[in-house]
Amino acid sequence: MSANAAVIDVKGLTKSFDGRRVVDGVSIRVARGRICGFLGPNGSGKTTTIRMLCGLLRPDSGAGTCLGFDIVREAGEIKRRAGYMTQRFSLYEDLSIRENLDFIARVYAVPDRRRAVETALERLGLQPRADRLAGQLSGGWKQRMALAACLLHDPQLLLLDEPTAGVDPKARREFWDEIHDLAASGITVLVSTHYMDEAERCHELAYIAYGKLLVTGTAEEVVSRSRLVTWTVSGDGLFDLAQELRKQAGVAMVVPFGNVLHVSGVDAQALERTIAAYRGRPGLEWRRSEPGLEDAFIHFMGDVREGQR
Amino acid sequence: MSAGSWRRFVAVLVKEFVQMRRDRLTFAMMVGIPILQLILFGYAINADPKALPTAVLSADNSLFARSFVRALENSGYFRVARRIATEYEAERALAEGEVQFVLTIPENFARKLVRGERPVLLMEADATDPAATSNALAALAALNQTALARDLSGSLAYLQNGPPPYEVRVHRRYNPEGITQYNIVPGLIGTILTMTMVIMTALAMTRERERGTMENLLATPVRPIEVMAGKIVPYIIVGYIQMAVILVAAKLLFQVPIVGSLVLLSVALIVFIAANLAVGFTFSTLARNQLQAMQMAFFFFLPSILLSGFMFPFRGMPQWAQWLGEVLQLTHFLRILRGILLKGNGAAEIAPELWPIVLFLLAAATIALIRYRETLD
Repeated sequence: MSANAAVIDVKGLTKSFDGRRVVDGVSIRVARGRICGFLGPNGSGKTTTIRMLCGLLRPDSGAGTCLGFDIVREAGEIKRRAGYMTQRFSLYEDLSIRENLDFIARVYAVPDRRRAVETALERLGLQPRADRLAGQLSGGWKQRMALAACLLHDPQLLLLDEPTAGVDPKARREFWDEIHDLAASGITVLVSTHYMDEAERCHELAYIAYGKLLVTGTAEEVVSRSRLVTWTVSGDGLFDLAQELRKQAGVAMVVPFGNVLHVSGVDAQALERTIAAYRGRPGLEWRRSEPGLEDAFIHFMGDVREGQR
Repeated sequence: MSAGSWRRFVAVLVKEFVQMRRDRLTFAMMVGIPILQLILFGYAINADPKALPTAVLSADNSLFARSFVRALENSGYFRVARRIATEYEAERALAEGEVQFVLTIPENFARKLVRGERPVLLMEADATDPAATSNALAALAALNQTALARDLSGSLAYLQNGPPPYEVRVHRRYNPEGITQYNIVPGLIGTILTMTMVIMTALAMTRERERGTMENLLATPVRPIEVMAGKIVPYIIVGYIQMAVILVAAKLLFQVPIVGSLVLLSVALIVFIAANLAVGFTFSTLARNQLQAMQMAFFFFLPSILLSGFMFPFRGMPQWAQWLGEVLQLTHFLRILRGILLKGNGAAEIAPELWPIVLFLLAAATIALIRYRETLD
């Protein structure tokens, strides 16, 4: 495999459960050593897509490769070379951390198993707790242990399904530092998340909603592609103001962020005309600002919903 | 009860019914198990087995001999299954459990009878299960008085007075004192193994699914056959420990004779245990949670106990129940167990009971492997 070939390269993945299309024509390309953030609301098909990538589910249609292996015919090869971290903790709660890692290392036939386990324990700072039962660990430690288990067999691709759900900010930061270290060493990462700060730490993003891939690109590209224009307003009576603004022409969405409102629209002129009427109101301060990722995503989601109606 | 308490009670009640309705299998089991019990206990079980297969080794084809055999059949308890020519065949037929009785009519039976020499008829019974033979032997005793009544006429009429002009000697083979424990305790090995092995494996796999560890396992390169073997072998060892415990208890507490080879028993045991584990594994691929797996195991266990000949004589059951029983692996293993322990059977005698277990094992393992999916679909 050449250095810049896509590690994940799938086209038109589609999967239905009981006649409901959960993933609909999703195509993703991720190059080696890149961190791709996989975003989307709950139930949008992220987990199903990831499971298809690592051979846990067979796509109804669509095809492609992971690490150069066909995702349908060569799932076994992919399993040997990829690390998959499930959304729900899926190691054995009645085994200790070391026993869990030892089991995984055996299953992957890791050479020099004992050393590999000790190295993994050390790398993620698990050594002091190595003999604690996994079931007694807090969420943050469970997540570290799961990552350690994924890394034991030196995978070239990591598929992480909401790895930081329910983990405190400090542990999340450490986790992401680790992910960047791994990417720097040439490992490709596809990570699903709900957190915008995490999305911003990815090299590129893929946003999926209702089973359809809506947008891909870097964070900046995603924001600019939304063509949103955003104004920030601060002052008094914001709650009533938000209700009022939502009915106005040119306003696509009004989102409260702490003590300010983000007022966004696609049509810059229409939005400005609307805002002009409120400019004069005493106690309000208007400022032109940049739309955030979250604004962009919510906007994209709204578009799909309109389309489905 | 206050109004608030009543409402909370109703809340729980309604929730329980909703959950019960959602878990169809559990509901089906709650209805199915009583029906199964009703059918098995009501129709299949009969503590008074009749028409027991009997082999006749006759060296005398006289009228008297034929009359006696006819009288046996007319009692309803005996059915002449085959005629045999040698004592070796008789021995073999009893050991393999092909017949329950062997009647030996000696040479010159008629001549000695006419001379008033009281010739001896030998009735050998496979008494491993005393319950299976006791009624038939009682009927045999009653029949002595009348069996030849019609033939002893004319000049022989005097023979009708006094004791019968011949003697029937009964040999209760393998269990001469008719001790029930001799039959039950070896049977327990099979029954206990079936229960623990099926339940343990059914739970082992379902637990992976219920706790979510299945997804991780499937994402690794491990193959179905490897998972199955890895999960089964520990329980094979447990099975051997169980057998050893029961055998020691059988010897020390109940003085059950151990006539045959324990090595041979161990070989048969491995096939039997594997068959049970394959059943458990199949259940675990069907059940969605551990409760369902338990219920399936119970649903399987019930006919195993009732139709295998463990509790009730196999030959007492109607034909359809015997066919069902023949399918079950426990039925065959019980025959092997009792054969080796009580009769001292060797490899040749147990072979006819071993291959049905192998067949059962292959069928169950095939279903298990087909059902076990490498994907989450």
